[in-house]
Amino acid sequence: MAVMTYIEAVTTAMREEMTRDEKVFVLGEDVGARGGVFGATKGLFETFGEKRVIDTPLAESAIAGVAIGAAMYGMKPIAEMQFADFMLPAVNQIISEAAKTRYRSNNDWSSPITVRAPYGGGVHGALYHSQSLESLFNHVPGLKIVMPSTPYDVKGLLKAAVRDPDPVLFFEHKRAYRLIKGEVPEEDYTLPIGKADVKKEGSDVTVISYGLCLQFCLQAAEKLEEEGISTHILDLRTVYPLDREAVIEAASKTGKVLLVTEDNKEGSLMGEVAAVIGEHCLFDLDAPVQRLAGPDVPSMPYAPPLEKDFMMNPEKVEAAIRDLAEF
Amino acid sequence: MSSPTYERLGLTQNQVLSMYETMLLARKIDERMWLLNRAGKIPFVVSCQGQEGAQVGAAMALETEKDYILPYYRDLGLVLHFGMTPVDLMMQGFAKGPDPNSGGRQMPGHFGQKENRIVSGSSPVTTQLPHAAGFGLAAKMEKKDFVTMVSFGEGSASQGDFHEGANFAGIHNLPVIFFCENNKYAISVPMDKQSGSEYVSDRAAGYGMPGVTVDGNDPLAVYEAVKEAVDRARNGKGPTLIETLTYRLTPHSSDDDDSFYRSKEEVEQAKKEDAVHTFSSYLKENGVLTDTAEQEMLERIKHKVDEATERAEDAPYGTPESLFDYVYAGQDGERTWQ
Repeated sequence: MAVMTYIEAVTTAMREEMTRDEKVFVLGEDVGARGGVFGATKGLFETFGEKRVIDTPLAESAIAGVAIGAAMYGMKPIAEMQFADFMLPAVNQIISEAAKTRYRSNNDWSSPITVRAPYGGGVHGALYHSQSLESLFNHVPGLKIVMPSTPYDVKGLLKAAVRDPDPVLFFEHKRAYRLIKGEVPEEDYTLPIGKADVKKEGSDVTVISYGLCLQFCLQAAEKLEEEGISTHILDLRTVYPLDREAVIEAASKTGKVLLVTEDNKEGSLMGEVAAVIGEHCLFDLDAPVQRLAGPDVPSMPYAPPLEKDFMMNPEKVEAAIRDLAEF
Repeated sequence: MSSPTYERLGLTQNQVLSMYETMLLARKIDERMWLLNRAGKIPFVVSCQGQEGAQVGAAMALETEKDYILPYYRDLGLVLHFGMTPVDLMMQGFAKGPDPNSGGRQMPGHFGQKENRIVSGSSPVTTQLPHAAGFGLAAKMEKKDFVTMVSFGEGSASQGDFHEGANFAGIHNLPVIFFCENNKYAISVPMDKQSGSEYVSDRAAGYGMPGVTVDGNDPLAVYEAVKEAVDRARNGKGPTLIETLTYRLTPHSSDDDDSFYRSKEEVEQAKKEDAVHTFSSYLKENGVLTDTAEQEMLERIKHKVDEATERAEDAPYGTPESLFDYVYAGQDGERTWQ
């Protein structure tokens, strides 16, 4: 099995889907000859040409809107937003159009688009290249939001997103692109959208997370194992709609739950996870549900020490797990 | 004596009669909707009145078996020509379950019917312009010869999506027609407070496409302009921006009072130029239509509208269980996500 980086898994998934189905195409800013500012579409232009790897003008609403039109016709577009932060001009198209096409037409029309966007900080991107925007969208029935944590999940879930009959927002952590490596099978496979995944079995504390933070949780858990603290780790993978059964099962298993996200705390999707646990797991809980999250400031500062303070890391997670274990 | 304009344009007597009948049908359905609204039977109406000539003239230039339309909420004449029926429209007016547009989920005027290639739209205006570019892109990628026509009011020309959609179509030379029905008002805001240029079509040059402005009260002039744009689009020569100058004879909607922002005299003057009347006169002057034939047409239409009203009034609403249908694919009332 090949070991590849997170971003190589993104590129591989797109390449395989474009080879499999001629209706799949990519559009976005700099996705063509440049191969994307991060390199996610590297090599696709050379293989599939400018007609299927389309460099767009700097117009995010058109990137989403053109993708929606093409998808309503029957194409399978993958729209790249250069940074999640720059998706905001496309929000009307995503929320008013893509998310509601099927419902508003009583199943006559649909908008099966995939919107890929790098999110998150830790790369000196400052306020407008670092945000986690999933909680702007996780209140919109009709959308699906996928945020994978490993190269294996990236490939299987991105391929599933492209084939999904409904719109999928696929958020990729930009620091994970080259930091995270993992084994990825060469064969064609998909993973189910809407299903969480237990990344580590454990018995003392349950940690629920997604994306890059999930990796920090795994690192913290490994260290705590030496101290005799056993951590159960659930990767949400699809953050909307939530896999509620998996959340309830994971929370009930240990009775002590830590929720970890890089997003700022108030109003993050972890509030919803906590609510699900609150509704279903009262008699299984042995400690208050804890949220470990980014600070409630507008976004991540540029200055390195401030960025470091904002970012999640294994040490913060380790301390929070230890606190819960000792509760 | 020179031949009448319709013949010069290659239209037959039957075709121009059919255009007139569709215009009249749109007008009569719309008038009935107002009556039903004022009688408290339907909650809302948004009108086509004053714009039927432009809509039907444009529709006539398209191929209903092949081309796609992305209409806006006043396009009753356009969707009738593309195959939506009075019954379909009344089902929508009454928000009943058999409404093919949305099963009663959307307000009236939010058209969509895949079998007739009428693309579903929403209420935030202008979002359909980038969609039209997407349909045009699909035509080009799939090497299909269909044309996509997207329509919108002049109010939409102020939105960012107007620019983004037209710009994209211009870059890729897409077979798309941007059809602006300039009825002079964005609810209450007149054209001189919407645009620094006199015509919406002036902007076409910025997108590398031809832009024309035609009299929206002349269905044949509109037909001619759209036909030329269709021919260009089908022959790989790219998009066109067409602006028709029309007038909205009713308030913006059944919830609006237009006396706050325009005079009765202005509206009365516009009624004299109403295409439903002027086209009737034109057809009579050219010996295509007689008073008797027109009377028969009106009776036929009244019967259709009566029947449609009755059927829609008697039809069931969607069931409470259907509230949960089709949030995602393959969900028939299963509350999977609840």
